Amino acid sequence: MARRATPEVNAGSMADIAFLLLIFFLVTTTIEKDKGIARQLPPDEEIQDPPIIKQKNLFIVSVNKDDQLLVEDELMKVGDLREAAIEFLDNGGAPNGSPEYCNYCKGARDPKSSDNPEKAVISVQNDRLTSYSMYITVQNELVAAYNFLRNRESQRLFGWKFTEVKQAIDEGSFNGNEDDAQEKLERIQKLFPLKLSEAEPKKNGQ
Amino acid sequence: MSKFRKKKGGEIPAVNTASLPDIVFMLLFFFMVVTVLRDNNLLVQNTLPKADQLEKLKKDRSVYIYAGKPSSRYKDKYGTEGKIQIGDKFTDISNVKFALTEAREALRPELQDKVMVALKVDEETNTGLVTDVKEQLRDLNMLKIIYITAPGNPTDQ
Repeated sequence: MARRATPEVNAGSMADIAFLLLIFFLVTTTIEKDKGIARQLPPDEEIQDPPIIKQKNLFIVSVNKDDQLLVEDELMKVGDLREAAIEFLDNGGAPNGSPEYCNYCKGARDPKSSDNPEKAVISVQNDRLTSYSMYITVQNELVAAYNFLRNRESQRLFGWKFTEVKQAIDEGSFNGNEDDAQEKLERIQKLFPLKLSEAEPKKNGQ
Repeated sequence: MSKFRKKKGGEIPAVNTASLPDIVFMLLFFFMVVTVLRDNNLLVQNTLPKADQLEKLKKDRSVYIYAGKPSSRYKDKYGTEGKIQIGDKFTDISNVKFALTEAREALRPELQDKVMVALKVDEETNTGLVTDVKEQLRDLNMLKIIYITAPGNPTDQ
């Protein structure tokens, strides 16, 4: 009796237990991936004599409390905003030979619209009661307009898409000379600088 | 010759499953490590608006601000007006600065001046609330913000 060997523990069900735990963690895991629209706020300082922007270089987008869109004093659907913004930015209205002439613009060259992309400013005005989803949609469309033009230029100059390379660098999956690409990205950004201004929102209903 | 004739019973030997638990444990540990149990519980409704021009957020240097209407089980207590949540409690607009400074100090020191504020705002919130928050952020000189959105096309509704 005393010399009986301890029986071996049956480990056959260990796999089952481990599987159970594994499935629990598989189900509860949410690998969070937050993405969004990045923005730089203007610093909080008094600006001494602000630069005067010509009316024609200004593209005014206002949204009222019922989420209706007014672009350059015309009612517009959100779906058409991207096209309108591209048209405005890419206009290049400054006459050929003047220092402001934009040699890469492919727009209508309407002298009544923006001189060149560097001068062109998009101003967004919201009402305080505008819904956030509308706000984001408008921002998204405007960023899309810039991305479209930047992609076009980088395709022409370097043969790749601005947004794709930028994403690759952000994710660290870019193969090639990263500094060189970064420099090229900055050059493209200079051609179409993101000039989005946000006016102080109006009080509700005004 | 007889050496090679030993295994003549044509049965396929059973697959050795002794290492199966090890493999499963390995997977288990992997998922245990990557699992993040939600660290702050949401007090507000949080359906994010859709957008498709997205950039990725760098997690280690970000501070989250949630905003929206209080979710259904807090409605009786806090009403239905849009509210701001930082960490795991509601914050008044005048307290945003304090809460953010605190949140910033919790980050790693070398990343504190590269901090990015992630705004997770419910799509039904009024823009006015967001503007107020942005005003506070400008005061604090935390100028890099990112509006967290869900991927999707915003214009087809």
